[in-house]
Amino acid sequence: MSNAAPVIEISKLSTSFGAHVVHVALDLEIRRAEIFAIIGGSGSGKSTLLREMILLQQPNSGSISVLGNDLNHLSEADTLALRQRWGVMFQHGGLFGALTIKENIGLPLREHTELADALIDDIADWKLAMTGLAPEVGALYPTELSGGMLKRASLARALALDPELLFLDEPTAGLDPESAGEVDDLVRKLRDQFGLTIVMITHDLDLLWQVADRVAVLADGKVQGVGSMLELSASDNPAIQKFFAGPRGRAAQQQQTAGRSSSKPK
Amino acid sequence: MSAAAIDQATPGTLTLSGAWTGREIGGISAQLEAVNGAGQPKLLLDGAGIEGLDTAGAWLLQKLLIRLRTESTDVELRGLPPAFANLFDAVGQHLGHLAEVTEIPVEAPDTRLVSVGRHAAAAFEQGLAMLSFVGEYSIAFAGSLAHPARFRWRPILYNIRSAGFDALPIVGLLSFLLGIVVAYQGADQLRQYGANIFVADLVGLSMLREFAPLMTAIIIAGRSGSAYAAQIGTMAVTEEIDAMRTIGIAPLELLVLPKIIALLITLPLLTVFADVLGVFGGMIMAKAQLGVGYSEFFERFVKAVSVTAYLIGICKAPVFAVIIATVGCFQGFRTKGGADSVGRQTTRSVVQATFMVIVADALFSVAFSALDL
Repeated sequence: MSNAAPVIEISKLSTSFGAHVVHVALDLEIRRAEIFAIIGGSGSGKSTLLREMILLQQPNSGSISVLGNDLNHLSEADTLALRQRWGVMFQHGGLFGALTIKENIGLPLREHTELADALIDDIADWKLAMTGLAPEVGALYPTELSGGMLKRASLARALALDPELLFLDEPTAGLDPESAGEVDDLVRKLRDQFGLTIVMITHDLDLLWQVADRVAVLADGKVQGVGSMLELSASDNPAIQKFFAGPRGRAAQQQQTAGRSSSKPK
Repeated sequence: MSAAAIDQATPGTLTLSGAWTGREIGGISAQLEAVNGAGQPKLLLDGAGIEGLDTAGAWLLQKLLIRLRTESTDVELRGLPPAFANLFDAVGQHLGHLAEVTEIPVEAPDTRLVSVGRHAAAAFEQGLAMLSFVGEYSIAFAGSLAHPARFRWRPILYNIRSAGFDALPIVGLLSFLLGIVVAYQGADQLRQYGANIFVADLVGLSMLREFAPLMTAIIIAGRSGSAYAAQIGTMAVTEEIDAMRTIGIAPLELLVLPKIIALLITLPLLTVFADVLGVFGGMIMAKAQLGVGYSEFFERFVKAVSVTAYLIGICKAPVFAVIIATVGCFQGFRTKGGADSVGRQTTRSVVQATFMVIVADALFSVAFSALDL
């Protein structure tokens, strides 16, 4: 478990649905304890890539290795063990409608550990508090929650088993600016305090500028560039420049550079 | 990684070892309870042997420390690997914070009387809601009658096909089999008295008056009533109904009225179809078991079964149709929440529609016997 070894290593990955080609010999490497973002236009294969990393979909060829396990050669038992080492927050929550929020969060623990029910409830309460939700929310059902609360609850469930690796699919989409800002802080806190590796798909420019350590730009089935936002903004690749051009891209960048210069005490 | 363990080697020292993680910690509770710091002036916990720590482990460890601090004045944890310090402190802070906030009051579970009351109130509320639903679509229907252009013919025709024409095979087959069963059950008794020919009375009256309308209604309740509830329920969950309202289409006019009208047309027709096949099944059985030929059967059938008996059966069908469509649509509109709720409302629609159809049939029997029909 040395820090140098990449957490996720993707090499020569190719995926296609019928005649529609999604990935062509794509290579990517994600390091331990970094906040890694994947961006790209609609249909650029971000979500497919994420689904392939979390074993929900099989690529046509190429290999993906997650936490040192080659996903192409996994036994049933290894798959189960690996799935307990990561947490996934789905775009629309993916919370079970028949269970309360607290039961949703406690479900992975009940399923995979032999802990006492009271302890599971306590842990679920803590994860709930960690994501900034009030304790009363635990007794509610997912349909009674607003979109932002759903995302937090989903994140709390993803954190239930203390994963080493966290996948976030559009963590701030559909959130008000304040909630989105809180998600920024939470993501950073998780990495700083617990050393989690975080992989996210996002379009949120603020999240990208403020939180992401490295960003990969996907286009035409390949990774067009990897680096910090600052590095990418200097790139002259048109597929990458798309994200920095336009008023929104410029505004987020200005805000970031202004923030850096004013709040840099060191 | 080995299982988590705690060992009180001497009264004053505790050695912790193994992986204090959710998966390895299952068996430790007995060991934790055995740990006793009472009367010890100084307690030393050695955490150097801890190989892994997650939230569950940190939680138990912090809880242990809290308990030991009430038993002994000087408790110290030493040697916890620095990699776990962040998590351990975060849990400790949270637990300290928890001790300060007051407990959320837990609602006491309902007593039996209270829960009976709640159920009764819910049933009453549902009855009222259904009544108001009937009222709403009656007004919509009256409005459509005043302006016939508002009737939506395309969904009506579509529903006639899906609830009527597509149901012909299943309704036909089941009525045919029912006719066979009725004739078969009667055959033994009739043969004993040499009253073979009365099989035509038996099959004719029972099928036309009771079985054909009831069977058809129950099949359609299971087949179409459930589909109505599921369709409208899913639309409610995915906000399609709200979208319809904002665009200015009345959901009642587009979703409910066509279904009711279509079923009002198809259920009597299906009942006639069920009559024919049921009697046909009885005829075949009469010939095979009782030696009553087709022409004899028909001769007796015409004498035994009056037009009134036939019409009594048919006139029940529209009532059943209204019940099935109303319950199906009503339960669909009551869907709130997610996938779970759609399933629940669909089940409810079938159970309630079947129940109400049979109750209505019983009321018809009472009414007809009072009228001497």
